[in-house]
Order: sequence, then C-alpha cells, then structure tokens
Amino acid sequence: MNHTPADQPQPAPTADAPRNGYTINGKLYFAEPQPGQCLRTFLRERGVFGVKKGCDQGDCGACTVWLDGTPVHSCLMPAFRAAGREVTTVEGLAPPDGSLHPVQQAFLGAQAFQCSFCTAGMMMTCAALTDAQKEDMPQALKGNLCRCTGYRAIADAMHGRAEIAEDIAGEACGASVPSPLAHAIVTGEARYTMDVAMEGMLHLKVLRSPHAHARIRAIGRDRAMAVPGVAAIFTWEDVPRRLYSTATHEDHLVDPDDSYMLDNVVRFAGQRVAAVVAETEAAAEAACRLLEVEYEILPAVFDPVAAMAPGAPRIHDERGEERGNIYADIHGEIGSVAEGFASADAVHEMTYSTSRVQHVHLETHGSIAWQGEDGRVHIRTSTQAPFIAKQKLCHLFGLRPSDVHVFTERVGGGFGGKQEMISEDLCLLAALKTGRPVQWEFTREEQFIGATTRHQMTTRVKLGARRDGTLTAIELHVVSNTGAYGGHASETLGASLGGPMTAYRCPNKKAAGYAVYTNMVPGGGFRGYGSSQTAFAIECAIDELARLLGIDPFAMRRKNMILPGDWIESAWNDPSDVDFGSYGLDQCLDFVEGALAKGGGLPKPEGEEWAEGTGVALAMLECGPPTEHRSGAQMRLLPDGSYHLAVGSTEMGNGSITSHRQIAASLLSARADRIAIVNADTDLAPYDTGTFASTGTVVAGQAVRMAAEAMRDSILGFARRHTGADCRLDDNAVICGNERVGLAELYAIGTRAGHHFEAKRKSYLSLRSVAFNVQGIRLAVHRATGEIRILHSVHGADIGRLINPMQCRGQIEGSIAMGIGWALTEQMVYDAEGRMVNPALRNYRIPSYADVPPTEVFFADTYDRIGPLGAKSQGECAINPVAPAIANALADATGVRFPHLPLLPDRIFAKLAPHA
Amino acid sequence: MNLNTITEVKRPQSADQITQWRPGYAWLAGGTWLFSEPQFGTDTLIDLQGLRWPALTPSASGLEIAATCHIAELFAFSAPPEWRAAPLIRDCCNAFLASFKIWNASTVGGNICMSLPAGPMISLTAALEGVYTLWPRDGAPREVAAVDFVTGDNANILAPGELLRSILLPASALSKRFAFRHASMTKLGRSAALIVGTQGEGDLLLTITAATPRPIQFYFPEMPPATALRRAIDARIPADGYFNDVHGSAAYKRHLTLYFAEQIRAELAAA
Repeated sequence: MNHTPADQPQPAPTADAPRNGYTINGKLYFAEPQPGQCLRTFLRERGVFGVKKGCDQGDCGACTVWLDGTPVHSCLMPAFRAAGREVTTVEGLAPPDGSLHPVQQAFLGAQAFQCSFCTAGMMMTCAALTDAQKEDMPQALKGNLCRCTGYRAIADAMHGRAEIAEDIAGEACGASVPSPLAHAIVTGEARYTMDVAMEGMLHLKVLRSPHAHARIRAIGRDRAMAVPGVAAIFTWEDVPRRLYSTATHEDHLVDPDDSYMLDNVVRFAGQRVAAVVAETEAAAEAACRLLEVEYEILPAVFDPVAAMAPGAPRIHDERGEERGNIYADIHGEIGSVAEGFASADAVHEMTYSTSRVQHVHLETHGSIAWQGEDGRVHIRTSTQAPFIAKQKLCHLFGLRPSDVHVFTERVGGGFGGKQEMISEDLCLLAALKTGRPVQWEFTREEQFIGATTRHQMTTRVKLGARRDGTLTAIELHVVSNTGAYGGHASETLGASLGGPMTAYRCPNKKAAGYAVYTNMVPGGGFRGYGSSQTAFAIECAIDELARLLGIDPFAMRRKNMILPGDWIESAWNDPSDVDFGSYGLDQCLDFVEGALAKGGGLPKPEGEEWAEGTGVALAMLECGPPTEHRSGAQMRLLPDGSYHLAVGSTEMGNGSITSHRQIAASLLSARADRIAIVNADTDLAPYDTGTFASTGTVVAGQAVRMAAEAMRDSILGFARRHTGADCRLDDNAVICGNERVGLAELYAIGTRAGHHFEAKRKSYLSLRSVAFNVQGIRLAVHRATGEIRILHSVHGADIGRLINPMQCRGQIEGSIAMGIGWALTEQMVYDAEGRMVNPALRNYRIPSYADVPPTEVFFADTYDRIGPLGAKSQGECAINPVAPAIANALADATGVRFPHLPLLPDRIFAKLAPHA
Repeated sequence: MNLNTITEVKRPQSADQITQWRPGYAWLAGGTWLFSEPQFGTDTLIDLQGLRWPALTPSASGLEIAATCHIAELFAFSAPPEWRAAPLIRDCCNAFLASFKIWNASTVGGNICMSLPAGPMISLTAALEGVYTLWPRDGAPREVAAVDFVTGDNANILAPGELLRSILLPASALSKRFAFRHASMTKLGRSAALIVGTQGEGDLLLTITAATPRPIQFYFPEMPPATALRRAIDARIPADGYFNDVHGSAAYKRHLTLYFAEQIRAELAAA
C-alpha cells in the first residue's frame, strides 16, 4: 500500500489520477464537471455569476475569464481543462484589499457601460492586454461585442479619461453622476435575470419548427418522456386555447390576438412547437430531439407583395377571406398630391427598402417562474414591460392579478426586443403544472429564429418640388412584412407614415401603408419603430430631389423642414396631441454642416480607388407613442433621513434609474445617492406601461418629478407647521429660518405627530413634444473592394435639457452604432424554405469596436416646456438619420444611389465605377 | 457551450492508445469550434492535449508546426531573417475573425481540419507549400501537400479517425518573397478573399483561398503578363466555382480574386 505522510509533499498527479481541484478566484473547489461541459457553466454552477452568456459560441466575449492569467472565452473552454489551474473571473479581478483594479476604476470613471452585460468580459479582456495590444484596440477588442455604448466610452476608459461628476446636493440634474449600480457592475455583483440559483430548479427547452408553414398532425412524446430527468412535456394540447398577442402595449387592442402559447399550426421556421421541462438542460434538449412531430407541410409565402396577391397561401385562416394576409392598411391624404406633382418642376420617385434585423441585446430572453410560499406565482424575467406581462399572464392562465408577481432585477439590453412576452408564459405554465421553479434561457440562435425583429419595409417615395426647392407633394407607399404574427405591425406602420413625413412642411401629402402577414419570423418593436425605415427612404429621396434641382442638401432641408408654429401633420387631417415643447432642429443642422465643413475625423485613405463623399439626414421624433402610456412613482422619506423611490419603469441600460434619481434629487435639493431606487417590479413599484416608445424620461420621469415635488411639499409643509418658519430642503436636512433640522429627526418628529412622509403620483402622456436628430457623415468607399470607411461622424441632437449629459451622449452614440450596423453590416439571410442561414454572431455582424468611429455629438440648447425639467426623449431617435446619412454620403462619393440596405460590399461593388 | 451529448472524454498519452475508432468520436484540440455549436452526432471527445507535441520546431529544413500548436504560439514565433515569407504567419493570424483570446485556445490543426474556405491556417500552409503529416488509425503515416488536403467547404481527405499530426513549412518556401492581399466584408471580419503570391527566382506561385471552397494554386515558372494570369484563373475557376455565403457572394469573391491576383502579380513583378 502506498502511504505518503501528510507532512511530505504530495506526488504530482499523473494524468490518470483524478484531478478535480479547481481554483476559482483563489478559492479551491473540488468538483467533477460533466464530460462535455464548458467552463462558463461550470463557473456559474459554483455561483460565479459574473461570467455571462452573450452567445455561448465564442463570438461576443461576455464570458471572458483568465486561465492561469491568460484570457479565454470560457464558453469554448472544456471545463476539465481548468482542473489544477487558476481561474480568474471579474469577481476576482480586484485586489483583496477592497480597492478596485485599475481597469475597473477606469470603467467606473468613464461609465463605460450601459446595460453592462458585456462589461465583465470587456474588463477581463482589457485588463489582460499588453501595451502593444492597447495600441490597436480594434484588433484587441474584436472578440468583445457591446450593443449599447458604441464603444466610445470603452475607448475613454482605456485612455484613462474619466467623465463622472461629483454628486452635489441640489445640483444633480444636469450633472454626469454615475449609475447607482456602477460599483456592482464593475465588480460583477450586479445580478441579471439568470444570475440566481434556486433549489429544485427545472429547465425548460422548446422544440422549434423546421418548417415555415405546417399543420401539426400529431406529436409522439413517448420516447421523449423516457429520457431520464424529464418532468413534463407540453404541446398545443396542453395549453389554454386562448388567443393573445406577445406584443406589449398599454392598449392591448392595438395588437392582434393572433397567437396561442403553443399552436397546432406553425407559421414560421423557428416557431415553438413543444416545451420540455427536465432536471437538466441536457435532458430537456435530448427530449426535444426525441419528440416525434408529424407535420403536414402547407404552402408558404415570404414576400409581402406576393402574400397580398389573390391566391396566396393564407397565414391566418380565421381572419376571413376578404382581408387576406393584409393585417393592417392605413391611408391618408392632405391637400392633393396630384395637384402638387402637377405644379412641380422636378419629381423624384424611387423604391427604397430596409432589411430585417435583430436587436441582439447581449442578455438573451429568459425567465424564471415559481410558486412561492405565499401562494402566489413569481416571475423573474428580462422584460421592458413587467406590468403588461403580468396582465397577459393573468389573461392566459386565468389568474387573479394579486396572485402574480413579475419583476426584473437587471436587464441586459432591450432595444424593443423585450417589449414582448415570449419566455414568461411557458415558464409559468411549467411551474404551475410541476409545482417547481422553472427557468428558460434563450440561446443566441433562438434570439434570431424565435424572437422578434425590426419590420422589413419597402417604401416607394415620390417627391415633387419647385425649382427653388419648395416641396409641392410627398407621397409614400409602404409595405411592411410583419411576418407570421402581427404584434407591433399597425403601430410601426403608423409610425412609418408619421415622423419622417411630418418633418417636412408641404401642403400635399399622401400615404398608403400595408402591414402584411407572411411566413417569416415576426416583426416587433425595435428602436426607431417604423420611423427608421421610412426616414431612410425619405431622407435619401430628399437628397435625390436636391440633386435633380442642383440644390445643396442642407439648403434643401432648411427650405422645407418643419418650423416652430407649423401645424404638425403627416397625411392625416385629424388633430394630434403633439406640439413644440421646444425646437432645436435648426441648431442641429447648423452644427452638422459646420462640423463637416470644418474637417475633423480621418483623412481620405491614400490611393485613387478611394472615393469620398459627405451626407446628411435629419429625423423628427414625437416624444412618446400616440397610444396610451402611463407610469407611476412613489417616494418615502425613511427613518434615517434618506429617500426611497419606487418607479415601475425598467432599467435595461437606458440609464433611467440614474436619471430618475437625478430628477428626484434635484427637486429635493439632495445628493442623488441619498435616494434608493427600486423599479420594474409589480409588487414593489407603481404601475408602469413599460419602458419603450421613448417614454423613460417623458412619462416615467414625469411621474418621478411629480412624486418628488409632492414629497418635497410634504416635508416642507410639515416642517413649516412644526417650526413656524419658512423652510427649504438642503440635502439631508431642512433649513427653517435659522434652524437646521436633520431629515432623520424631522421624520421622527413628524411620524410621532401622525404625519406621513410619502407621496405617489401618476403621469400620463399627453401633450407630447418633438425631438430632432441630424446626422452628418463623411466616408470613403473603395471602388474595387466596395469597402466603406466612415471618416467623420457628427451628430446634432435636440433632446431638451440634459438630465445626465454623459448618459445622453452614451444613448446617442449607442444609437448611432446601431444605425451603422443596420446600414452597413447586419442582414438576416434566409434560404428558399424560409430558414435563417446565419443565426450566429459570427455570421450576423453587429458593430464591433472596429466598425464604430467616434462621433462628435452636439446638443441643441433647448429647454422643453412639456417634458420633465426641460428634458425630452433621447434614447430612440438618434438611430433614424444614421443609415440615410451614410447612404447619402455613398451616393455623393460615387454618383450612384443604393436604395437597399445593408450597403455590404458584395451588394454595391458591381455598380461602383472602375478606377481610372 | 455545453456539449450535452458527450458522455466521455478520453485523455490518451499517445495516439496509439486510441485503437478503435467509431462514429461519435471526435478529436479535441483547442475545442474552439467543437464547443461553439451543438455536436449531436458526437458522444466521445479524445483530448489531444495529453500528447504533448512540441508546438514549433524550426530547423534547417523548415518549420514544423504541431497540429496542436496554438495560434497564439504561432503568432509569437520569431523567425530567422532569411525566412522572408515569415511575416505571412502574422498576416494570416490577423485574418482570423476570431480574437487573440480564441488564439490562446485554438490550434493550427484545428483550423485546418475544420476546412472552412476562410481558414487562414489553410491559406498560410498552402501558400508556403506546406506538407501535412497524417496519422491514419491503422497504417503508416502519410504525407500530403497542404493544397490538396481540403476538398471543399468543411470537407477534407481525412479518413475517419485519421489525425493531422503536423505541418512542415519548407525552408525553401519560407525564404521566398511574398505578397498578401486580403478582404473582408466587415472590419477585421471573416475573409472574403485571402490571396498570397510567393516568388523564388522570377516565378510566381499564386494561392487563392477564402474566395473558393478549397485552396486553388497556380504556378508560373515565369511571371505571367496580366492577361495570361487572368485567363488562367478564369480557365481554372468558373464563375460559379467561387464560394457563395453570407461573407460574400460568389460574384464578389471572383471580382476580388481577379483584382488582388493582378495586384500581387504587379507587386512581385516590380521587384
């Protein structure tokens, strides 16, 4: 027998010996991973939740950890290879003395994050870079994707530029104070939807249809049920046969009730067919593969124009013969475009199209549902609309609202993709049927094939103008491909016929729009929401018309753009509730023109194959949706003299918890960090329609303003009665005459006297203001390779008063980056059977660090009389002028109009004139 | 991602210990592709790491690269100055869509055996006249020219269980002058065309990769004129012989190929 005394060195393990010691952030774990397990899930099973899943395929870098000090993507690393080695995650980055690693400090100082889901991986990469690598950040960071920031703030962090402002009492509004969660974010402590472990958790997986259109004849589940660990299987026969829409809006009638939780007809490739819950994801997956589904293949149609033709395959039979596949059509005319075109000296008419794209929020969809000891159901989820999700769940399952609790902790990006209830329902179904907690986390592939997308739209534009450039008629014809389901179809169609046409004064406007069912993945809400698509068409067309007339693109826009005092209208005669709370479009145009003229950015690359051009485009946004939207906020003074603020809206990287605190702090003359905030929780916060449609500031922020004012009045009212003097707030105290009373003391006195230091207010959206964005681009295009390089990007934003300038800039930059992706690289490609060819980030390219140039951002000096504290919507509209500005610059450079997105080299090279 | 169908990992000390090969087995090198997609047909991984092949062995005859050499190790290789084509190593590494962090795990052999059109280690080794040593499961090792290894998109000449052991880049090829051209539809993205020309004494060896499903090589004993080069390419690669995918249409890749081939010809002819 081999005996080694304990005080002697242990023999080095041979390769055959069990080597199951794993050192994670300095702590030794003994465990045996599953044979095919990757390091990412092995770490998360040990509670190391700072390691994120963005793609699980090595493309996004969110899971970056160090193995013996070397950075690797832990999703690709076999877990067993970490045995006997040291793993460092974001939780182990900081020195043990409680200080921060310099990279954490730098990310904190530059606030180099928004939703922050990428941040841990980004920091673990940046902290491992050599000096030489830091010289080439595009190359060094090509394995780290951020969908929110546009990378400028990350570049700032790497260059040691800090931007955060001091949190000074009474000066919170307008200061670049950091996110209240900033420290938790850089240390990896911030918890996202899936970052919890629960006893007895079951895992849910769905089988998705390989067919674009089929009837399900039968589903054999015996073999699947026999997989060890499978707890339950659900098909269309097991769910409430109740129609609903997955789209979330205050008014549920704006979306068609055309979906079942699980259906016996599948209408797009990727639609869920059956759900399996099991003890492990592996068992659930295995069972999904063993389900025997008998499909009756039905004819499919993918093109909306073909789908409108008589005899086209019917997507939704129950809608009646007459309406066919047209879900919604909208028509309107003001004046007479026929007369307008007759009086025009020049007419431009062209068909433009924009592509279907995915949101690619780094955190995929996911939910966890369980029945609590309180007898209620709880759903922890990644949503932009927890309150509407709750309503829909009550509708589907016949539950009482008081028995359902829906909440988010931190949401890793949304962009409209989470204005949709597509993971909560099945988790709740399974939790109710099994009595156990159930979690379901989408894969990245499922995000592409089974979530929602921006509506693909084809827009025919016809513009007429007189010789001097004055528009005489605008006519739009839009066909929107809403895919298999109609959520957001009519609202995005309405938006497509709104803002972009409203931005121009013209007595004669006509619009016709059709949203059409096809067998494609459904459209949904997406930043820009229909307006992006037609802004592309109209802003390109304005340039073409200007070119016909020999008029400068800026002059053309100034001649026709909407001005204060104008009646705000697109093609409808109905009055609207939109007004100029402020106006800064003129300032934005002036800035962009001046900045482009001044130079800046990169010079044109060497070589005669490079052609250079500049382009501009503008966009107008109605601040908030035309549909109903409401929000509530409540505040309490706490016994220690600090404040508690509860607001229903969602924080998903939009920065609302930061700005809402600032609004309240400024009204309470307090430091922002004296206000604790909870949000997006149906138990803990007042009702909120949801954080979408540019409402985080103008609706939820408005509710916070009103609640904070009421809180202030409550405190000062009591203090005045108590002291008999005039009082004012000063951070943690009231000053009454010459006396300073601490808020904790005042609280104690007031509470004893029966005073309630609390306030609750609700806000509703009407009147709505308008915001503006102008994008300028100078680019170079290589006439042989078709490569486009953006040399200079400038942006003017009229978003009213900046509650947090750093955050506002970040929102604009993130929007621009997303616009660049839409314009240049992103495309969802489908085969002839309607299956997506490239549902992975390596094949669907969202902008990386290398793709996004810095942008000079200018803010118009405006103060809105409608929005809270002078602010307007900021996160959404900046995307709209980006693609047309790029297309206009490309047309300027080449003399060729490319009317279809994306402007990928293989789509444009053939039309580029050969070099001399 | 977790490979949930895997039930066993074999960790041999020597390739000989894997005597029986059956469907469901897969050699595991860096794992950066294997772990990036579900592998439903695979139940057993055979880890090559325990074989401990030396990554890089330079000698007078050239550079021997173990199949298990990490991309990061290859990138860091410091070549003697007389190997004038050695900078091509870094050019090809930089042509990876994958970042340096992937390079810390992924291997030269893994990239070659994946046999994707845009595999830059295929480009590198084909252009530098590499010779692969293959270890069949039974039978003697065999050698094959790099340019003949890949037969199509994600297809090669390996028999089931056959192992790529090493790549020899001959010193003669490493000593040549070279010209490199590369394009991707996205910044630092996957290659749409990766084309290399090398030149010994007045000749031209042109290697076309990424644009075509497999490497295509042209040898001209003397530098051809532009028209002859173009004719030769068109004769060998029909318009539909280019690789059509989301990283570039076939027409675009043909266009790039002809454009870059002529640039390479002109560059090497001018020297």
